[in-house]
Parts: sequence; structure tokens; C-alpha cells
Amino acid sequence: MPDFPFIFDTMGKLLAALPTTLELFILSISVGGVLACFITWARISPYKLLSLPARGYIFVFRGSPLLIQMFLVYYGLGQFAVVRHSIFWPVLREPFVCAVLGLALCTAGYTAEILRGGLIAVPAQQIEAARACGMSGLLLLRRVIAPIAIRQALPAYSTEIILMMKSTALASLVTVWEVTGVAQRIISQTYRAMDVFLCAAAIYLVLNFVLVKLTGGLEYYLTPHLRARPTSLSAGLRPLPPPAAGDASHG
Amino acid sequence: MKALTGIAVGVLTAAALTVAALPASAKDWKTVVIGTEGGYAPWNLTAADGSLDGFEVELVKDLCARMKVECKLITHDWDSMIPSLNAGKFDVIMDALSISDERKQVIGFTDPYAATPASFAVLKDSELAKQLPMNGEEVKLTGDATHDKDVVEKLRPLLKGKAIGIQAATIYSKFIYDNFKDIADIREYKTAAEHDLDVVTGRIDAAFDDATYFLSAFESPENKDLTLAGPKIGGPVWGEGEAFGVRQSDTDLKAMFDVAIAAALADGTVKKLSLKWFKVDVSP
Repeated sequence: MPDFPFIFDTMGKLLAALPTTLELFILSISVGGVLACFITWARISPYKLLSLPARGYIFVFRGSPLLIQMFLVYYGLGQFAVVRHSIFWPVLREPFVCAVLGLALCTAGYTAEILRGGLIAVPAQQIEAARACGMSGLLLLRRVIAPIAIRQALPAYSTEIILMMKSTALASLVTVWEVTGVAQRIISQTYRAMDVFLCAAAIYLVLNFVLVKLTGGLEYYLTPHLRARPTSLSAGLRPLPPPAAGDASHG
Repeated sequence: MKALTGIAVGVLTAAALTVAALPASAKDWKTVVIGTEGGYAPWNLTAADGSLDGFEVELVKDLCARMKVECKLITHDWDSMIPSLNAGKFDVIMDALSISDERKQVIGFTDPYAATPASFAVLKDSELAKQLPMNGEEVKLTGDATHDKDVVEKLRPLLKGKAIGIQAATIYSKFIYDNFKDIADIREYKTAAEHDLDVVTGRIDAAFDDATYFLSAFESPENKDLTLAGPKIGGPVWGEGEAFGVRQSDTDLKAMFDVAIAAALADGTVKKLSLKWFKVDVSP
């Protein structure tokens, strides 16, 4: 028989740490996302001066463990007197800032590659067609390239943000006590690993369920052309409207 | 459905009982697997060549020779030491484990082989280094609020608004939370080395941990700017002392260790090893 009072008590303590987890997640995804846009822009640039550093960044942050990156940002930077005496120290000495920074730097590497994948999947003909219609620069990006690239990148990106939600668990290593950290603390006091970790897992499942639904909804919104038109189903047996009218309007 | 659950529970219980009974039924202890952290110098540490060394490592070798059993040392995370003992991953916890009532509910303890004081570590040129009262004095606290009031009240004004680092899930975290939670910023670290690092960088003003641990940590060049400050707090507040943790069912193993520890205390082996590793006698 499960010990319900204990589970409720544990759930309460874990939920008290939920805002920390969410703050870590939202801030790191936002900062990482903006950073990733710049990196992608540099990475696809024809100039070596831009694309090589971007390649290097992606190589380093995708290729090394997030755990180590987090330790390096938090304990590593503090080792240098230069950093400790710089204007950044009041910010960098805060564990929460370091945790966000570690998470954001890492996700930026992955997200940049995901965005690049989306960009190169934009068919050249569509860009040519847009240019032929007189679009260029930001207008071209906003109306044609970005919507196509984003919807191509979305499935991979949703996986990335789910991974990030779970990666926030590493923040307890730098004294930011989020859900998993608090779970470990409760276990060290009560020694009941199973109940406590199941509660924590349930919280992450719910969070990620919401994320999946949100990205799923966005994907649905961005792909109207892949959906069967509701009229064509019911109108399947009726004769098609005369095509001449449609053609003429484009004349 | 109820019956089914009943059967399932019955089967699981039977399985659990069999597992639990196995070590106990193996009355004849020939090999004992000992779990240690290998990262809590000078109690237990991992030498440059990867081998384990330290006060407890030398002590347990001596004890195993007395008990005429073969001891196998494995390293394991501090965090999950107690669940892993009960899950049967090893038979004995050896990691400066303090005896406490909470822990007694889930594991058994041998008799203690050490009892050490705790203290604050701060930067040498910090205010706290100069101002913390009762510097170097040995005080005995009981964990009883009225008894400890004197010492705690003297410390509180100076720790007000300071950031204090402690190792999570240690006996010291309860003491710090109970007495300073309302006035200080308390940060919990996974390892002792990490709170030392943050005192050095100035992220936190003080770390609170085992004084013997600090004295050995200060020997590394990275910690050359650190020093102990304030009283050396000992006494029943930390429980009866440090002992080996065993599964509650392994009463025979506990009895073997108790005899060996008593003998090692009596003939001065514990004192000798203690002076070698801690520079002070930590025998209980």
C-alpha cells in the first residue's frame, strides 16, 4: 500500500521547486534560441571568418558533456582572478546565472544545427519564386524562408527542448536546487528512493506532455498545406467546380 | 483485482525476503564488500595511481585482518550510499558515516571508531576569520536548543547576511539549517571540495564541515588562503560518532566489527592512524 501522506508531502516539496525548474528552462531556451539564430546565421555565411567560428562553437558545445560545461562555467571561470575582478563577477558569482548560462550555451549549439537543417531544407525553387515576385531580404525571410525552415526544424527542435527540460536537473550540481535536486535531498533524508523519484518523474512527464502538445499544435498550425481539406472529403462525390474560374483569376 | 494484487504483493514480498535473507543466512563471512566514497580525505581518498588510501582504508585493513575476512573495497557515490547498502550492492558503508537516529531507522551501525568536531572554513583575510568568536575553542553541543543557545547566539550576529556552504545530506546541514536558516543564505553542495572552491572564489563567506576534513583540504595549494574560524564544535550534536553502516539484518557482521573495533581502540591502533592522518586523536 503506497504511503499517501508521504507522497503528498514529497509532491508538495517537489512542486515548491517547480518554479526554479521552469525559470531555468524558459530562460535557457530563450537565451539559447537567440544565440542559436546568430550562430546559424554565421554558420551558413559564405565568409570563412564567420562560418569557421560558428563551426567551432557547435563542435565544442555539442561535442562535450553538458555536465562538464556547467562545472566549467561555475567553478572554472571563478578560478581566474581576472574574471573575479571583472565587471561580470557580480553576475557570474550567482549560481542561478551560471546554471542558465551553462544550459543556454549548450542548447545554442544543438539548436543552431537544427535551424541550419531547417534552412537547407527550404527548396531553392520557392526562394526563386519569391524573388521573382519581388521579395528580398527580411520580407523574403519572414514570408517564405522562416515559415518553411521552422516547420522543417520543429520536430527536431521539440526533442531538443524536451531534453533541455530534463537537463535542468544538472543545475543542482551548482547549488541551484530544482526538482531533481530537491528529490535527491529528500531521498538523502528519508532513504525512500522509489517513492520520491517516481514523484519527480511524474512532474517531468507532465511538463514534457505540455511541451509536446504545444509544439504539436505549432506544427499543425504551420502545415496547413499537408492537411486534407475538410470540403474535399464531403464533396468527394460532387462534380469539381469548373477550373476555368480559378485559372482566370491568376491570369 | 484485489486478489491479484495480493498475490503480486505476496510474490514480491517472498522475493524480497529471499534476497534479504541471503546475506544473513551466509553466516560464514569470508568476503566483505565495503563501499566508500574515495573522495573524503583524509578519511578515504583516491591516490594518484587510482588506489584507495586514507584513515578508514588503513583502519579497515587492520580490522579485516583481525576478523580474518577478505575485504573488497569499492567506490560509490555518497548520495546513494544508504539505499545501495540496503539494495545489496555492498555489505558495509565506510565513509565517515555519523550515527544518527534517522539513519538508524534504515540501517544498522557498528560501534563508533571516531568522533570528530566540525568548524567553519573562511578566507584568511576575511572579516569572519578575524571576528568569529571562540576561535579554536572546543565546545560541546548537544543539539538541544536551550543547551546550545549560548554558542549559537554568539555566532548568529556575525553570520547574519552571509552565505554558508554545506555538503548536502550531511549531519551538518541540519545544524546549519536549524540555527541559521532565517539569517543566512545557505547553499548545499554535492561534495565538500565544491564548497571549498566557492569559499576561495568568494561566492560564499564560509563553509561548515568536519574540522579534520578541512585541515587536510587546506594542505592542497588551491586552498592555501583558507583557514578555520570560530569554535570547533563537537559533542552529541553530531551523534555518537562515526561508525560503519551495515544492513540491519546483518547482526553477525556488526558483532564481528564491534569486537575488532574494540580491540583496535584498546591497543592504540585507532589513535596511531588518527594521528597519522588527522594530526589529532579522533578516537571516541
